[in-house]
Amino acid sequence: MSATLLIEQLINGLQLGTMLFLMASGLTLVFGVMGLINLAHGSFYMVGAYVTALTTASTGSFLLGLAAGSLAAAAAGAVVELLVIRRLYHRSHLDQVLATFALILIFSEGTRWLFGSSPLWLSPPEWLAGSVALPGGARYPVYRLMIIAVGVLIAAGLYLLISRTRLGMRIRAGESDREMIGALGIDIRRLYTLVFALGAALAGLAGSLVGALQSVQVGMGEPVLILAFVVIVIGGIGSIKGALLGAILVGVVDTLGRIFLPALFGLFMSPSEAAGVGTALAAMLIYILMAVILAFKPQGLFAAHD
Amino acid sequence: MTEHSTERPHDTAAAPMGAPRLGRQGLVHVALLTLTLLAPLVAHLLGEAYYVNLATRIVLVAMAGVGLNLALGHGGMISFGHAAYFGVGGYVAGISAYHAFDGSLLMGLPGSDDMLVIWAVALLACGLLALAIGAVSLRTSGVYFIMITLAFAQMVYYFANSWPSYGGQDGLPIYLRNGLPLIDSQDPLSFFLVCFALLLAAMAITARLMGSRFGAALTMARLNETRLATAGISPYPIRLTAFVISAMITGLAGALYADLNGFVSPAMLSWHFSGELMVIVILGGVGRLFGPLAGAIVYVLMETLLGGLTEYWLFFLGLVLLGVVLFARQGVIGWLAGGTPHG
Amino acid sequence: MAETVLSIEGLHKRFGALQATHDVSLTLRAGEIHALIGPNGAGKSTLIAQIAGSLRPDAGRIRLAGRDITGLGVAARARLGLGRSFQVSSLAEPLSALRNVMIGAQARAGHSFRFWRPVARDALLLAPAREALERVHLGHRADTPVAALSHGERRQVEVACALVLEPRALLLDEPMAGLGPEGSARLTELLETLKREVPILLIEHDMDAVFRLADRLSVLVDGRVIAHGDVEAIRRDPRVQAAYLGD
Repeated sequence: MSATLLIEQLINGLQLGTMLFLMASGLTLVFGVMGLINLAHGSFYMVGAYVTALTTASTGSFLLGLAAGSLAAAAAGAVVELLVIRRLYHRSHLDQVLATFALILIFSEGTRWLFGSSPLWLSPPEWLAGSVALPGGARYPVYRLMIIAVGVLIAAGLYLLISRTRLGMRIRAGESDREMIGALGIDIRRLYTLVFALGAALAGLAGSLVGALQSVQVGMGEPVLILAFVVIVIGGIGSIKGALLGAILVGVVDTLGRIFLPALFGLFMSPSEAAGVGTALAAMLIYILMAVILAFKPQGLFAAHD
Repeated sequence: MTEHSTERPHDTAAAPMGAPRLGRQGLVHVALLTLTLLAPLVAHLLGEAYYVNLATRIVLVAMAGVGLNLALGHGGMISFGHAAYFGVGGYVAGISAYHAFDGSLLMGLPGSDDMLVIWAVALLACGLLALAIGAVSLRTSGVYFIMITLAFAQMVYYFANSWPSYGGQDGLPIYLRNGLPLIDSQDPLSFFLVCFALLLAAMAITARLMGSRFGAALTMARLNETRLATAGISPYPIRLTAFVISAMITGLAGALYADLNGFVSPAMLSWHFSGELMVIVILGGVGRLFGPLAGAIVYVLMETLLGGLTEYWLFFLGLVLLGVVLFARQGVIGWLAGGTPHG
Repeated sequence: MAETVLSIEGLHKRFGALQATHDVSLTLRAGEIHALIGPNGAGKSTLIAQIAGSLRPDAGRIRLAGRDITGLGVAARARLGLGRSFQVSSLAEPLSALRNVMIGAQARAGHSFRFWRPVARDALLLAPAREALERVHLGHRADTPVAALSHGERRQVEVACALVLEPRALLLDEPMAGLGPEGSARLTELLETLKREVPILLIEHDMDAVFRLADRLSVLVDGRVIAHGDVEAIRRDPRVQAAYLGD
């Protein structure tokens, strides 16, 4: 178990964590401000990835693709909010779950209809394709480091947006008291559309960035969505700070668990058995983490409100 | 979890089955049962085993829905993870048959290809799993509960996916359908009748349960938790018990479903199935005794008919579901029989 | 002196910088109505929540019939005989008045883990529930859904829900709120007869009703009990006058 491997895996975990943060921050913002649970958040992730892959393929510019992907996801978010989501704010959570589940079916099958079931390919641009040396000598892909950097920038940007701008003030007002922002004369409907589109854009950006690491395909947003749920449950629903800490915690624990648990079981089991048990337990690790945290803090680490 | 303002019919739940009053709702119920029973009989006489099996599929999906309906409709617990129990029930059937087939032991115990044994083990396994998941999840409420039940089901899903002994993501075949004493389970019609009888039993138990003191407490836990606690009844154990019974019914349906298909795979555990099961319960009418059956008929027939026309039938299901949620929330039974809330 | 049924000793509760309950001590004796009054924001709701068990105090003891109930939850306190009604109606609206009251009878009759026998024909639950509704003059509305009842009738159902528990002590939170003159006269009459069976801790804004009903009063201001005594003493107390005039 070398230090190099540990550092490498820690960075991998951090990279997964920043991706999860991009997903989770949108989810938690939408819940905090509008009280809405949105299962279709993973669809915006997919939309971002598809549009980025298609744009990059046709223009040859990854940056253009990235911008197009985020914008397309934001646009999809705004349209969905206008057509469907705003009818759900005053409905029960059950109705919200069902309607957004229906949206997943529509997005996923619609995408399959348009682009088929086989994945699209998206590679990082050449100027990001290299790798750098880590302390200890191992080499690490620049692109993954760039993802972390983007995640950090977005987190800082969100912090500034919420704490320093008028929009942020409105968002905070909406989180603490939904009636009040009406009384303040803020156009709630516009604010809600804006927040929803912002969340969708972040999900789209995450999808675009990850699309270059994995394949771009229908259903790619769903595993990430469920991880993002775990993140915001751990962090406390409605809390951006909780989303950030939860995301990094989940990212690091999941990544390290997958590498080190099989090795750990290898100390007292045959290698093939250890691989089986270790892998299966590693797959469960973050859920166990969630259960343990909930046992002590049923409202998550940084509970905003339910 | 007491947020639902939707009025729900309580007469179905409060009156024991076979109550003499047979209003419009009663007629719809009788028609549903007759249809479910007669269609496969006719198919059998015509020699169409495919349709008999289709009816069995409807019945088993309905039974899984009856289980979920107890938690979701009657108890107001929005579980987004009932696929876990369906799948674990299925894996009990698959794993037991696997060990019975090659004579190996699992933790010192032999496998069995006797359905009675499998059902008992499936009920026990799902009950224990739901006890553990429910004990943690029910400490929370609202969206937390939805997400946590989803996450735990996903945990089981990933476990099944990465555990290599029983096929991992490829799933596990059941080469020969498990057997029953005195009944030929290989015969499609006999197997249908067994499943149908168990569905009726699950519905009868639900009806009886909801009419009992336990049901009264569960109903109050859904409608007004504060009232229940102020009356001196703690909501938590009531909910947890209902959650466990609900999971056991869904798990039994899963065990039968694996035997119907001769196959069990992580797909039975996937969150898509949890979602579909909710859709079925809502399509039929939340908290209505016959809702899951009506929902299952509509869902499976849509899947079969639309799925025959287009590969992308889920797209249209999405549209229908969106329409139902936004504009027609009373479900099929409510639409056919009219709503008669209050008990 | 009559036996003390409910006693509250040195209760403290703090929310951040706000001291919502500050060293509050109260007793409720058999046969009496003890009224708790105070201007808005005095901390009455917080105090009630601590007595009923939905809020844990930071310090202090609560005893019911000599037994320390400070660590118990809402349901456990109710089982030991603490009945309460709410400021805002807390009934299950789709259910009939009878069904709402029956849930209390059910808790009284034993545990709720009975899965088979229909409650709809369970005389052990029906009889006491009907009787409780009769006592609040609502027997004729037993089968009406709560949603269809008037505001005043709902208040009466709330009281019936508390009565059916055969409580040792009653905690009534503004039972007169929103009642017309006729309604509050009827309820006043009911409480007067009721107090002989079960002592009542009454939180009420309607001062006419309070002065007519209360045997003793405690005045809560800024989380502290600033005055305590019988009706006459409280009427004359300059601190009380100041608190109310300053409000």
